[in-house]
This record gives sequence, C-alpha cells and structure tokens, in this order.
Amino acid sequence: MTTATVTPPARTTSTAPPRRRTRAVPSPSTVARTAFLVVAAALTLGPVIWTVSTSLRSPAESFTLPPQLIPTDPDLTPYIQVFSQINMGLLTLNSALVTGFIAVGQMLTAALAGYAFARLEFRGRSLWFSLVLATMMVPVQVTIVPVFMIIRGMGLSDTLLALILPAIPTAFGTFLMRQYFLGLPVELGEAASIDGAGPWRTFASIYAPLALPGLAIIGILAFNFHWNEFFRPLILTISEQNFTLPLGLVSLQGNMGTGSISVVLAGVVLSMIPALVVFLFGQRPLREGLTAGVSK
Amino acid sequence: MTTAALPTARAAVDRGSGPRSQGPAWRRRVVVLTFLAPTIIGIGIFTLGPILASILLAFFRWDIITDPEFVGLTNFVDVVADPTVRISFINTLVFVVVAVTLQIAVSLALAVLISQRMPTWARTFFRSVFFFPLILSAASVSIVMRYLFNEEFGVVNWLLSLVGIGGVPWLTSPTASAVVIVLVYVWQQFGFTFLLFVGGLASIPTEVYEASSIDGATGWRQLRSITLPLLSPTMLVACVMAVISALQIFDQPYVLTRGGPGDATRTAVMVIYESAFRQLEFGRASAIGVVLMLLIMGVTALQFRLSRRFVFYQ
Repeated sequence: MTTATVTPPARTTSTAPPRRRTRAVPSPSTVARTAFLVVAAALTLGPVIWTVSTSLRSPAESFTLPPQLIPTDPDLTPYIQVFSQINMGLLTLNSALVTGFIAVGQMLTAALAGYAFARLEFRGRSLWFSLVLATMMVPVQVTIVPVFMIIRGMGLSDTLLALILPAIPTAFGTFLMRQYFLGLPVELGEAASIDGAGPWRTFASIYAPLALPGLAIIGILAFNFHWNEFFRPLILTISEQNFTLPLGLVSLQGNMGTGSISVVLAGVVLSMIPALVVFLFGQRPLREGLTAGVSK
Repeated sequence: MTTAALPTARAAVDRGSGPRSQGPAWRRRVVVLTFLAPTIIGIGIFTLGPILASILLAFFRWDIITDPEFVGLTNFVDVVADPTVRISFINTLVFVVVAVTLQIAVSLALAVLISQRMPTWARTFFRSVFFFPLILSAASVSIVMRYLFNEEFGVVNWLLSLVGIGGVPWLTSPTASAVVIVLVYVWQQFGFTFLLFVGGLASIPTEVYEASSIDGATGWRQLRSITLPLLSPTMLVACVMAVISALQIFDQPYVLTRGGPGDATRTAVMVIYESAFRQLEFGRASAIGVVLMLLIMGVTALQFRLSRRFVFYQ
C-alpha cells in the first residue's frame, strides 16, 4: 500500500494503489517488504536445500560446517548405501501400494456417495449427510484403539490391508464430490433419463466423466496425506516388511550413529521425490482441495 | 435444490398408486443403497462404531489379554490425577496457543506482503515456496530438523555462534526442546493458513482501498480498518482449522524428542499411543482420546461463540 499523492490521471491509469512513475528508486518500504519475503523464503527452502546437498556427500564426510548449500563434489554413495542398509525398494513399494489403493478407493466411494447425496432422493438424506460430515471432526487418535481391535478381529493385523481399508471411506471426499455434482447441470441427467438411461447409466456415462477434475483433487489429496502418514502405520504395522517409507526412515535414523547422516538424508530425499512430482503437476488441484469448502 | 423433474414425477406416481406397487420404489432403494453402501458401511465400521466403542471402553480397564473390568470414572480421573497425563494435556494446550499464534502471525504477514504489487512470477514463486513444506512428511522433516538442531554440529547452533550465541542445548533442555517442536511444526504448517489468507485477501475488492486512499488512509490504517475486518471470516476458519490440527500433534515430538526430556514435550496423543500400545492400558487410552475429542469440540465451539464479536461479514 504505497502512499502517494493521488492525482486524477494516476488513478485512471492504474487499478491498485497508485505508484510513482520513477522506477529506478524503489521506496524503502518496498525494499523492506521484499527483503522480508526473501528471508522467509530462504528459511523455508534452506532446510530442504541443506538436505539435498548433504545427501550428496560421501558418508565418511557426510557433514561440514559452515554448511554447504551447493555440493562441491557430489557423491552418490549415500544413495547406493541407503538401498543396502534398509529395504528401500520394499518400503517404496509398500507406500505406493497403500497410497495407490487408498487414493483409488477414495475416488470410487466418494464419487458414488457424493452423487447419491447430490442427485438421488431418499428418506433421511440430509440426516445421513450430516452424520458423515460430523465424522470429519473426529481425530484419528480417538478411534485408533477400536480400529486396532477391529483389524485384529478381521485377521488383518500387520498387513497392508490394515492400513488401506479403514482409510477408504472418506467423509471429506464425499463432501467434496457432493459439491462437485451439485455444480453440474441437472438437465444432462434429465435428458439421459428421457432417453431411457437408468440411474447407474446416467451416473457412469454422464456425470462421472464430467466429475474427473473433482476426483483428481481427491486422488492428489489422498496421495499427499497417506504417503506422509506416520501415526496409523506406526500402530497398525509391526514387522519391517510391512513398514511404509516414513516409518522405515525413522527406524533407519534410529539404527545408526551420527556417522552417516548423508545416508539417512538420501532416504529422505528419495521419499520426497514422488511427493515432489505430485506437487509439480498437482499444485493447483492440491491447493484447491486443501482450501475447498472454506471459501464461500 | 436438486429435484430433478423425472424422479419427482415418478415419486408422485408411486404415491398415487399406493404402497402395493413396489416395483420402482424398491428398485430405487436398491440403487441408493448401492451408491451409499461403501461409504456408509465403511464409516460405520471404521469411524462411528469406533467412536462409540471408545466412549464405552473408557469406563473399563482392559489389557486385551484378561477380561475387561468396569472401573467407572477412574480413567477420566487419571487425566487430572496422573502427573504424566496431566502434564501432557498442559503441554498440548500451551503448544496450541503458542504454535497457532505464531502460525497465524507469520502466514498473515506473508499473505499481506504477497498480495502487494509485484510481478506475477515473483508471486507464484513465493506462493509455491511457502506451500512446499506441506507436501513433506512430518516424520522426514523431523529427521532433518534433528540434525539441524543438534547441539554440537547442528547448523542452527553454527548460525547462532556467528552472532555470538553459544551452543544452545536444543533437544536436551526442557524449554529449548519445546521451542524446537513449535518451530518445526510451524515451519511445516504455516503454508496452509497462508493459502487461506491469500484467498481471503484476493476476495477483498480493490475499490475499498482506492476509496480509502482518496480519504488519506495510509498503510497501517488500511490494514487495521479494512484488511483485518474484511479478512475476519477467513481468520475464523484459519484459526479453527489450525487449532484442531495443533491439538493432534504427535509426529514431531515422537521423532524429535520422544516426549522428553522428562515429560517436557509429551503431548496428549503421545500419551494415547503410549497407554495403548506400550502399557496395554486400552481403557485409559480411550478415556484420554475421549477427553481430547471433547476438548476439540469445546474449543471449536468456543471459537465460534467468540467469533460473533470479532467476525465481520460483508
């Protein structure tokens, strides 16, 4: 908000608060603002850059002060060693299986339930919907003990299914898909049923394809959340062959002394790569999903 | 609001011909059931059922092996009487107040700065940077931060030594380790409230600012009299969500300090985890979970109640 004397011509040419024409000398407050943003960005990215840089040093000299932000002599041994010290391949596979099945399962079930709440008529529709919404506020820690018992009762203790099944029904996804279907024109469905399409056909051939962007948001959110999840895997898996990446990395860090930071960090960097890919391609849907239902 | 013409027409026909013509009504019920069953059954088994079971279990002592024994309110009394449980709740509440205040302040400041005049590429860059930590796992971040905050060879203490501050025992002193937990948590989480604020600021019409600057209002005055009041609905949502998420903190203290030194960084969720899966006291763990749930509901309700005085809707 620059303070400048407001002259009528200046107001007609610019939409935002008016600014002086002299471009060469930015005002002190602009410099201060920019400096603040740059410092904040450096503090945000610094640890990430340090992690990548340190992971590229040989384990023997994994660490130096002053910290190097750009590795002078990159060495890939930590990345080779991380595969011999923990079963990186298996951890990644487990994480991918768990995350993939949850994402696909959430997309399917949320599409069905969201459609029912938006477009099908049945008794108690708003009651059921409120009930589903209410579960969004209950933290996972409150239900974890009974869920653990139920998983045991189902004979699924210490399996990947124990992580997948409870995470598939999604209240938030149902809410998001309901909003999405409400935004699609009713006339499409009416036309389809005049042509003789039943409710299934109308859903599968007309509405579901149109809702693909909404489903993408659910898939990306599910990926981001469950790829990084720590609390449930810590409780529901016991043997290392069923660990997911975050658990594996924490146990890797626990097993080793301070000698090979770079190996631990190489594991951290590897586990970040899929999340980074999703970030690059899914930033916009991810953002929209995180803030969905918040703005009016 | 979603009354499609045809189903309504059909419903009218059904009602007219009485309950005996079960054909279409019966089929419609099957359709609704198949659409809803996966979600309703899933939420029933894995959320609603467990909530009820947790509430029930909270009145029992149970170690899985022997039969559950009814103990009345003992488990709830523990929350106040048992020093570890009590401290963990105090820690959690202090953490929520400090971390959420810091998170809101940082993300609001950055969102206001980023909504100023600047090139689009710069805005996109900063927005992506501040959003980035959200995509990382709290466990990985905590591993990295353990090295950065190491007392002897950590980068943080090296930086502090440049300005003449000697080795701070970040992870071994009770106060310093609590500070680390707050900093690490806020570092990862501020991007979320930042995004909310950026969206909220974008929805404030520019004409309001133009009108006020004609009247001679300057930066601070505009921030206090225009930006903050018009942003208050977003602020409410941001605070509610930040508090709910902070009350559930677990990953960072688990990886960074395991609750120590002593009980300095033990949180409510850590005690749920330890009671259930280390000490096999499932009833006690459930009781702590129920108290946490009531706390979340209570604090959220309180925020909405207080918001009546501060939130300004256009």
